[in-house]
Amino acid sequence: MQASALLQAVSLTFAYDATRPVLAGVSLEVSRGAIVGILGPNGSGKTTLLGALGGTRRPTGGTVTLDGRPLAAFSRRGLASRIAVVPQETHLAFEYTVLEMVLMGRHPHLGLFEVEGPADVATARDALAAVNAAHLEERDFMTLSGGEKQRVVIAAALAQATDVLLLDEPTSSLDLGAQLDIAQLLGRLNAERGVTIVVSTHDLALASGICRELVLLRHGRVVAAGPTAAVLSSDNVRALYDVDADVHLHAGTGHLVVVPLHRRTP
Amino acid sequence: MTPPVRRRLWTVLPLFAAGALAAVLLAPTVGSTPISLARAFDRSLPWAENVDAQIFFVARLPRVLAAALVGAALAASGVVLQALLRNPLATPFTLGVSSGAALGAMLVIAAGLDMGALGVSSVPLASFAGSIVATAIVYWLARSQRRGLSTNVLLLAGVTLNSFFSALILFVQYLADFTQAFRTVRWLMGDLDVGGYGAIVAALPLVVLSFAAFAVLARSLNVLSLGADAAAARGVDVVRAERLAFLSASLATGAAVSLAGPIGFIGIIVPHLVRLLVGADHRVVLPASACFGAAFLIGCDLISRTALAPLELPVGIVTAMIGGPFFLWQLVRHS
Repeated sequence: MQASALLQAVSLTFAYDATRPVLAGVSLEVSRGAIVGILGPNGSGKTTLLGALGGTRRPTGGTVTLDGRPLAAFSRRGLASRIAVVPQETHLAFEYTVLEMVLMGRHPHLGLFEVEGPADVATARDALAAVNAAHLEERDFMTLSGGEKQRVVIAAALAQATDVLLLDEPTSSLDLGAQLDIAQLLGRLNAERGVTIVVSTHDLALASGICRELVLLRHGRVVAAGPTAAVLSSDNVRALYDVDADVHLHAGTGHLVVVPLHRRTP
Repeated sequence: MTPPVRRRLWTVLPLFAAGALAAVLLAPTVGSTPISLARAFDRSLPWAENVDAQIFFVARLPRVLAAALVGAALAASGVVLQALLRNPLATPFTLGVSSGAALGAMLVIAAGLDMGALGVSSVPLASFAGSIVATAIVYWLARSQRRGLSTNVLLLAGVTLNSFFSALILFVQYLADFTQAFRTVRWLMGDLDVGGYGAIVAALPLVVLSFAAFAVLARSLNVLSLGADAAAARGVDVVRAERLAFLSASLATGAAVSLAGPIGFIGIIVPHLVRLLVGADHRVVLPASACFGAAFLIGCDLISRTALAPLELPVGIVTAMIGGPFFLWQLVRHS
């Protein structure tokens, strides 16, 4: 598997202060075309791990490599044309239109004084169409609903034309319908466009529905990692969240369903 | 299928540039004393007897050129500070950057050092130093809060910096002798009566330098206004871009203040109106704001020269009359 790893982290550590490390030796491998979910309670280090994988957080120790090359060896722009990031929420200070927002994904591909050309606009429109948001093109981004915003931000990441898409809790502030939209969208982007996806989430339905592999993170350490069917077990849910849960296969979808029963006092 | 920004650059910018040029050409012909342009440009008349030429070339043209330079610099640095701090209420004046620049200039004027080495005035450099101290404080505050400055913190920081620098300015005035104190009072009101071309020439290189930096920064400012992490993920070297933005905005503000004192509110009125007209893309907003800022301050100066003629108001009073209510309206809208 070593040879096929697109993105690889080895013994990552990260600490704002030395007494309380956020990441304490995290290793993981993401192969090309994978969808990897990162699960863990609040404060387990998911966002920091994604930052380190995307090269926006410099780890205190350990290395992240893309195609075997350390992220530190890439230029900022070089890295941005390989890895795109979708943050949890996007707030704008100014009234950009949806198309302007998506065109900002073209930033790493443009020279200093270069203006987006027709090819860039075509890429942006294609990305908007891929997230079913072509009709929103002219809208002011800040007037969109939470689900629409998240789709547009994903379109901006697609317009960045990268191999890897990192998403930080993309469904956390969305209603049930919008959660389902985003889950289906990510599955489709992976299947149809071959985008490699790493997604951190609290949404166990998203994790079991689309992720083929999971990494369970607690207190900055990997509790378990591997294929979803093997990792998403009652024992691991208890170890991760201190919650007793019933995990069973849903006959209709073939996905694992997690039913939380009660919380254990740790 | 023309890309939106390219279309706007070609259609919008020539209009704004033409507007600014028209303001520069027309404003010197208007004033409390009617002049004949034919006489003003008549080279056969001796200079000493040609009152029209004296009014045009000595009293009005330097003033109009100073207004253009100061208006363009303050409006553009307002745009840059707003993107840098991710808040449309940030301006050189409200953040205390202008008063920092004013303090720097005051120290030099009060100490009688305003004609520096080689005939180049040291006032622009001193006010640049003052503005950079103020911007550094605001920038440090902003960096300590990862999500960008909230409007509350921004306004409180501005109020604090403004009163702090004002107190120091009063202290310098208190120590200065009477004639120097009188000179500085009028200058502190924001006054475009620059009295010649020397001060303009001294400030010009700083403005040109900062505008060159703005041009380099324009597209990065779009991405930076999404937040530091989002900008980094799109390939912007955030620390370098923010430092360049902060230095160049300080430079432009310092140059503007050295020329005309701390004229307020240009940095919020102009960018806001421009965004309503051309959208939010900084590649259009920045040059359009510079042009509109030039025309706007020339207009305000025209009011200050003619409204109570023959009395000439300091232009800072006119911009404050328009800008104060405007700022309050924006504050209500954004919070």
